[in-house]
Amino acid sequence: MSGFSQALWVLLLGSLLGLELIGKVPPTLHTPLMSGANAISGITVLASLTLLARADGNPALLLLGALSLGFALFNVVGGFLVTDRMLAMFRRPGGRTPGGR
Amino acid sequence: MDPTLMESMLNLLPYAVDLVAVLLLALGIKGLAKVRSARSANGLAALALGLAVLGLLIELQPPPLAWAAIAAGAAAGGLPGLLMARRVPMTAMPQTVALFNGCGGLASLLVAVGVALFGAGGGAEAGAALVERLSIAISVFVGAITFTGSLVAMAKLEGWIDTPAWTQSRLRHGVNIALAVAALVGVVALPADPGGAPLWLLLVASSLLGVGVTLPIGGADMPVVISLLNSYSGVAAAAAGFVVGSQLLIVAGAMVGAAGLILTQVMCTAMNRSLLSVLFGGALGASAGGGAKAGGEDGGYSRITSCSPEECALALECAERVVFVPGYGLAVAQAQHALSELAKLLQANGTEVSYAIHPVAGRMPGHMNVLLAEADVPYEQLVEMDAINPEFPRTDVVIVLGANDVVNPDAKTDSTSPLFGMPVLEVDQARQVFVVKRSLGAGYAGIRNALFELPQTAMLFGDAKAVLNGLLSELRELGVGRVKTAA
Repeated sequence: MSGFSQALWVLLLGSLLGLELIGKVPPTLHTPLMSGANAISGITVLASLTLLARADGNPALLLLGALSLGFALFNVVGGFLVTDRMLAMFRRPGGRTPGGR
Repeated sequence: MDPTLMESMLNLLPYAVDLVAVLLLALGIKGLAKVRSARSANGLAALALGLAVLGLLIELQPPPLAWAAIAAGAAAGGLPGLLMARRVPMTAMPQTVALFNGCGGLASLLVAVGVALFGAGGGAEAGAALVERLSIAISVFVGAITFTGSLVAMAKLEGWIDTPAWTQSRLRHGVNIALAVAALVGVVALPADPGGAPLWLLLVASSLLGVGVTLPIGGADMPVVISLLNSYSGVAAAAAGFVVGSQLLIVAGAMVGAAGLILTQVMCTAMNRSLLSVLFGGALGASAGGGAKAGGEDGGYSRITSCSPEECALALECAERVVFVPGYGLAVAQAQHALSELAKLLQANGTEVSYAIHPVAGRMPGHMNVLLAEADVPYEQLVEMDAINPEFPRTDVVIVLGANDVVNPDAKTDSTSPLFGMPVLEVDQARQVFVVKRSLGAGYAGIRNALFELPQTAMLFGDAKAVLNGLLSELRELGVGRVKTAA
């Protein structure tokens, strides 16, 4: 069970890290942050890819995996791009856009 | 180099990639919390995800058939995501996030179902089978709730579905408890028979539970729900991490889950609602007494003063300090550009202009900032509630555009109001208030607004964009823009 207890530690520390990381956020950024965090939760693509790689030619698994990958990537690609679109609009007092352009 | 050493170093490579990816993800989330670094942080998080995918593909070395499925899935999901992100209007951001979020939950769910039916998980380790099956159960449960709950939230925000009356009765608690019990039975029974009936029971019961829990919640509380569902999709991803044995997935899912919880809490505080009352209290206003509820088109108001754009323009011309209170109605009317133009004209006239931003203005916290940023409004003119409330007594003119509940003075004074206790913008303290509104219909939460009947308040009836353009032409006729350029 050592793998399991290790995974539980990872879960615990990851949760604490998440609480700590976004403890203080200006309200301005709540919408982009929610959208960005949402894109990151699409990291479940890793699970979809693992499923596909281990499908071993099983057509049902390949189908489920491809569907899952599609939905997860929709979340990831759409999420990051839409977050970027929002953040690109926050203009700095000097008129420059953060992050170039 | 010694070939075995070389080999063991190559075996370590995936771990190194994972560590770098976790580091970048953490830096990304941290950076997203600061205006200056937010955009590059978002890129950093995207890079981390790309790196994680690359590392996993190198580690797994999928066979050709799997590659074909990967290519198909990536094209089918990636391209629509790209198009949607480019085309969706900024006003539709909350439902867009809800849709993306639901798809993330569905992805985790599908993986868990696949492993449950065909057993392609990591389970080589002795004793890992039970853990894997429990993770499957949790992943299906949370993933299904995330998926159907997000879709319902999206449909409500789009206005596709309403709040059905039966969901406001106590009946819904009975239905939801029954569904939760059925889901729990599925969770408990699943490890013994992962591919059988318990899986389908769990799947159906949790999907219906997602609908049953989200449907009774009123539109005004929807941001809280989306934020909570965002947190759930993180939990679903972490559970999927347990299913396939990916620690990176567990970390990232846990981080997003925790972040979503914090955001949810922040939103509840801003609306003076407890999470429990949002989730189980039904729609705000629907359960309120008849006296506090606005009835019909005229809203039951008796002492309403309405005025013309000309009168408002005259007041604006001689005002020294003007505060705009933008709400979602402004964004719906696509009037943020006209507003920004009006503000620039007034500034050229020497008027001090600022925008009062309620924490939940728009449909999500920070949504209004995004909408105004789109219209080139300088960031420093957006003032948050706590900073601007003391300023209202020395403000000459307040113009409320499409905001309603967040300026309702009843929230401070009337303990019978369903809004009582919610922090509001104290615009009733200003010398003159103009409320731009299409009609006297009730606000989003369906609650009557005492502000409209105050002696210093005048209503400007009409579409926000038309009214603002009217104000602009009146002011130009008064020579407001020209005075400054001539001087």
